[in-house]
Amino acid sequence: MTVRDYDDVPGTYVLDSRNYRKGYHLNMFLMSLNKSEARAAFAADETAYLQTYKLTEEQRQAVLDREYLRMLQLGANVYYAFKLVSHDKQPPQVMYGKMAQPAMSFDEFQAMMMAGGRPIDGNRSKKEQQNG
Amino acid sequence: MARIIAGMGTSHVPGLGAAMDNGKTGEPYWQPLFKGLEPVRAWHKDNIPDVTIIVYNDHATSYSLDNYSTFTMGVAEEFIPADEGWGPRQVPMVMGHPELAWHITENLILNEFDMAVAGSLEVDHGLTVPLSVAYDQPDVWPTKVIPLCVNVIQYPQPTPLRCYKLGQAIRRAVESFPEDLSVGIWGTGGMSHQLGGERAGVLNPEFDTAFMNNLVSDPAANTRLTHTDFIREAGCEGIEMIMWNVMRGALNDNVNEIYRFYHIPVSATAYGAIILENTD
Repeated sequence: MTVRDYDDVPGTYVLDSRNYRKGYHLNMFLMSLNKSEARAAFAADETAYLQTYKLTEEQRQAVLDREYLRMLQLGANVYYAFKLVSHDKQPPQVMYGKMAQPAMSFDEFQAMMMAGGRPIDGNRSKKEQQNG
Repeated sequence: MARIIAGMGTSHVPGLGAAMDNGKTGEPYWQPLFKGLEPVRAWHKDNIPDVTIIVYNDHATSYSLDNYSTFTMGVAEEFIPADEGWGPRQVPMVMGHPELAWHITENLILNEFDMAVAGSLEVDHGLTVPLSVAYDQPDVWPTKVIPLCVNVIQYPQPTPLRCYKLGQAIRRAVESFPEDLSVGIWGTGGMSHQLGGERAGVLNPEFDTAFMNNLVSDPAANTRLTHTDFIREAGCEGIEMIMWNVMRGALNDNVNEIYRFYHIPVSATAYGAIILENTD
């Protein structure tokens, strides 16, 4: 597998060929929620709707559980995942907070952003992060 | 001949559009942002071009893993604001300028920029939020629009240098259009932000400030950044800023900075806007 020079950026999921292939069906499911008919069908029976996409069992469970970080680890891209949190009529900060580590509530994430966001210092690379 | 009069860079955060659409701009969270946009809007009111080229990206709305071209020109008569998962924004239809769009497209392809051509394209917040930034809430957008959609989502995105060169080629194409038209060009997206992953919420005001400084006085410096520079320093989604390079490439070497505004946060994003006018 090709190693990329951004692989040492911590906690970051780039939609490259590796995630593209792993997450193809998952992302296409997420994108289907652009259509109001699809949103209605998903809302009516999430499990049945997910059966119409070729997701792995892990991916399916992550969607049902709204485990957003797990979804990214299984190939989802955040712009696609945005459709799911919107479908749930929640602000995106709910999703961002769930993906962040340690996880944060909406209020905690919002407070971090209001205070200037997560600092870049210490977060540029895995090495820098370990050095604190 | 047609000529480019000015450029704007602006973030296109969806929350900004939602705040306007839902009448929340006076709330304490939003008030400082919209206060800072007042000079942007005042300038736009006095400088409405016949046509505006809006360099933006689609967010899994009209394009997806199934088909996402590096550069796409919108040549349609009109572009419908899309339903991107929460219902379409209630904003005016975006009217195109097919004649100029086709002229630029032909000129670009014949000069080695292999553009995709979209005759039907629903536009998402990446394009409509900048219109709202500039023109607030009119019944009709005061400028015609040529959408130029750039892949900034799927790796590998075009290089920052390629984006700048595309801007230069757009300028030559515009200037070879026989009709006397004024043209604006906007680079959208950014500034620093990372929406996904354990590092979500990372911002980098120093990087953003340097990027804006370079836009004014040393645009070549912004073309030497790599994909990884953006991902590492400006957050995974901060790479959207390469679209500002297209805008800058279409301007003169020397520009006047008319106005700059920077505000943290808008949702999980550092908001930035800059207006640059060509000097003679």
